[in-house]
Amino acid sequence: MDPARKRRIRLVVALSAALLLAGALAYTSFSASSEARSPSQLARSATPGQSYQLTGKVVAGSIRHEGPTLLFRVRDRSGAASVPIRYTGVVPDPFREGREVIVNVRKQGGVFVGEKDSLVTKCPSKFTDKPSRKA
Amino acid sequence: MDLVAFLVVVALLGAAVWIISAPLRREPEGAAPTDPAPAADVQQLEAARDAKYREIRDAEMDLRTGKLSREDHRAMDATLRAEAMEILRDLDEARAQAEVQDSGQSTS
Amino acid sequence: MIVVGRACLIIALAAALYGIGASLYGARARRQAWIDSGRRAMYAVFGIVAVAFALLESAFLRSDFSFDVVASHSSTTTPDFYKVTAIWSSQEGSLLLWILLLAGFSSLALRLSHNRLREVTPYAQAVLLGFAAFFAVLLLGFANPFQPRSPVPAEGTGLNPLLRHPMMAIHPVMLYSGYTLAAVPFAFAIGALAARRLGADWIAAIRRFSLAAWLCLGVGILLGARWSYVELGWGGYWGWDPVENASLMPWLTGTAFLHSIMIQEKRGMLKVWNVSLVLATGTLAVLGTFLVRSGVLDSIHAFVGEGNGIAWMFTGLIAVMVAGSIALVYSRRGSLRSEHRLDSLWSREAVFLLNNLVLVALCFVVFWGTFFPLISEAITGTKASVGPPWFSRYTVPLAIVLVLLAGIGPVIAWRRATTANLRRNFAVPVGAGLVALVALLLLTDAARKPLALAMFCFAAFVLAAVGQELVRGARARRAMTRESPPSAVVSLVRRNRRRYGGYLVHAGIAVLFVGVAASSAFQHARDFRLSPGQTARIGGYAITYVKPTAKLASEKVSLGAVLRVRQGGHDVGTLRPTRGYYPTLAPDKGPVAGIFDGQATSEVGLRAGLRRDLWTAIEPDIGPLQRFISEADRRFGNAGPDVQGVVVAALAQRYVQHPPPATFRIIDSPLVTWIWIGSFIAFGGGLLALWPAPAVARRRATAAARAGAAREPARA
Repeated sequence: MDPARKRRIRLVVALSAALLLAGALAYTSFSASSEARSPSQLARSATPGQSYQLTGKVVAGSIRHEGPTLLFRVRDRSGAASVPIRYTGVVPDPFREGREVIVNVRKQGGVFVGEKDSLVTKCPSKFTDKPSRKA
Repeated sequence: MDLVAFLVVVALLGAAVWIISAPLRREPEGAAPTDPAPAADVQQLEAARDAKYREIRDAEMDLRTGKLSREDHRAMDATLRAEAMEILRDLDEARAQAEVQDSGQSTS
Repeated sequence: MIVVGRACLIIALAAALYGIGASLYGARARRQAWIDSGRRAMYAVFGIVAVAFALLESAFLRSDFSFDVVASHSSTTTPDFYKVTAIWSSQEGSLLLWILLLAGFSSLALRLSHNRLREVTPYAQAVLLGFAAFFAVLLLGFANPFQPRSPVPAEGTGLNPLLRHPMMAIHPVMLYSGYTLAAVPFAFAIGALAARRLGADWIAAIRRFSLAAWLCLGVGILLGARWSYVELGWGGYWGWDPVENASLMPWLTGTAFLHSIMIQEKRGMLKVWNVSLVLATGTLAVLGTFLVRSGVLDSIHAFVGEGNGIAWMFTGLIAVMVAGSIALVYSRRGSLRSEHRLDSLWSREAVFLLNNLVLVALCFVVFWGTFFPLISEAITGTKASVGPPWFSRYTVPLAIVLVLLAGIGPVIAWRRATTANLRRNFAVPVGAGLVALVALLLLTDAARKPLALAMFCFAAFVLAAVGQELVRGARARRAMTRESPPSAVVSLVRRNRRRYGGYLVHAGIAVLFVGVAASSAFQHARDFRLSPGQTARIGGYAITYVKPTAKLASEKVSLGAVLRVRQGGHDVGTLRPTRGYYPTLAPDKGPVAGIFDGQATSEVGLRAGLRRDLWTAIEPDIGPLQRFISEADRRFGNAGPDVQGVVVAALAQRYVQHPPPATFRIIDSPLVTWIWIGSFIAFGGGLLALWPAPAVARRRATAAARAGAAREPARA
């Protein structure tokens, strides 16, 4: 086989591998990401038992401890609509009122029960708590 | 703005202007533009030469640590040295060029 | 002094803008004096910004709350060390640090190269000054650290307690050093392209800066991981958080570049690829700063809706960097032709190339996952995100291949490896890998996790390969010089710092990945709810909650536990996890409730060992105290701080005397310590490669002297 042809074959192989990876990334990411919902969306319609990924902010003054269980409300990023959450287990340190959280929840009766270990708070180390005043 | 702050700012500004303008003040009147290309050619070839020397040394290292067989090393070493010679020839040429330009400038 | 600080920023901006003009004019008109003047503009920017930084730092140390940023990020009770570091916990201060580091490293780079690369440096100067100008505009227009606050408060908000950790004090500086160091190769690449000077010399000039950027980013990433492990109370060291990913991406492309650069130096191949990697690394570094500083991935709605100025500025900068890079590379493609072709797939070049592809693929995976919320919102209209399992699905196999390549690379020959070569060089490393495989299968239950098992075997392969290289090199050296074995190794490494530094990095990375694989595949993590006297069992340990503890310090209340750890009937130690409660200044809460509902941080109880770590964190149940807290607020809410201090002490006392059951998270994680050991080895290797070789330094000096001698007669 002449070298030019060999190189072309190599290029084609490399390119198709890249395409394959890109395709796999796109496919799996769209199918794997459980759909993110905002509190107002969940408040409007939520099928009991189905898992949703809820993102929003912890409502100020809503955190209550009941033994190992944590009760709090999560509201829209900008808005007042909120849903009650019941979460059992250890929460990450950055968890506090007003902090942005992501948690996988299922509806049970009137409350949304968080899946164990699914609560994530956004990394607090880099941005200040309050948004930049002038921005 | 109080006076101290004003003076500090003026001093800082003055220092910055002084530092930045130094080459322009030092430049002799009517200095001709210089062509950096010949000198850059020399430097580029010098860098290429150093890289080639390093490659020769690495090949020797590969021979001694058993990554190259004796025959392979002989062949590779010969190629590398030929390439190095070529670079050195080019380098001499480029240096001569650069000197021509240098002396041309000093006489003008 | 606030005025002086502002004036400094304005002067710095003016100097940077002037410098851009002077450099470009000098390059165009071939007037060296203007180019020199442009370079000095960078020195001036550095000096002026250093003054501004010192001003701000002194305001932090003096707790001068007339500075808005000091009042909102420090307090009189903050320890002095954290007053110094609080400056970069703020948006404004960290951007100021960015520009300071950028100007410092740029000045260094321009100073080192000022007599060389005469055609390239003017453009590089202009690019670097452009970055400086950009950040000066950001500081002046969007995040001014010299913003007065009135009325001046008596006390500041204080530093976020989570950041009061030595790791977090150094981590941002390291990351920013890495980001700004990556700007230097970017600028020189643009310069080389603009001047069409794409030979070996610009590469040689930036190699050290690329390596330094790689090293700083790596150290920063590791410090962040360690901080997460000991401070965040979840027991992990990596969570694929956008801000972690932001620093990982330029590190990955930088690693790729450090390898492929060798192919260009030796063979004159892959020029387009290399220059693209440099440009990508620089762009990703700015992107990293952007992600970290704007929080764009958290609050996309704020970004679009409210018109976040900083985000738009960064988006513009990145668009210019990407478009400019692509246009330049495309228009200079003729000067970027390869001088050679790949001889064989069985060669070090091919392995490096493969390693590059894997690294870039990794970077792409991380990029996709990080930006997926934006991608999915653009395509489907809903903002979805992918979690750690999605990342691991791709990164784990790629990392395994990468470790395998890290072992093949050092021992395979350049150009073309023959079968005899392969046999001679791979017998020992492959043997080591197989021995590890058999031993692990026979002695442990590692077979449960095939991916981890593969990682262990490949790591053994890498270590054997690196060891073999070292032994053979030392033997060859002894044959020549008849030194003693230790001194042969030392002088061998000293004379080939770059080579053996690199090998050491490979060994360190292999060790690190052993730790990662073992701790993620074989860890046991469980939450227990225990009352004093009860015992939890995990991974062969029996952990008894002996008694609760409470401690009051000037700015926090710590509730914790004493845990006795027993293994096989023997006492092996005591752990004291605590949780610290820091007061919040929220006005709607009473002063006592403000403490317990404010920010809390975990101090983990850690028993670190070479074989395994026992990691514990406590979540005290303060529910039973709530009643007393509200009552205390009702009765003493308006009393002075002294009285409130007594009340809080009484509450803490009550907790100790009537302890409710507490929740403990206990993690038994094997070999975690090797992550930190491996990274130390790797960074040692990086430093070794970075250190200037004495012989080369001398040669450069004599070459310069000779060049000077050659010029003198010509002038005369």
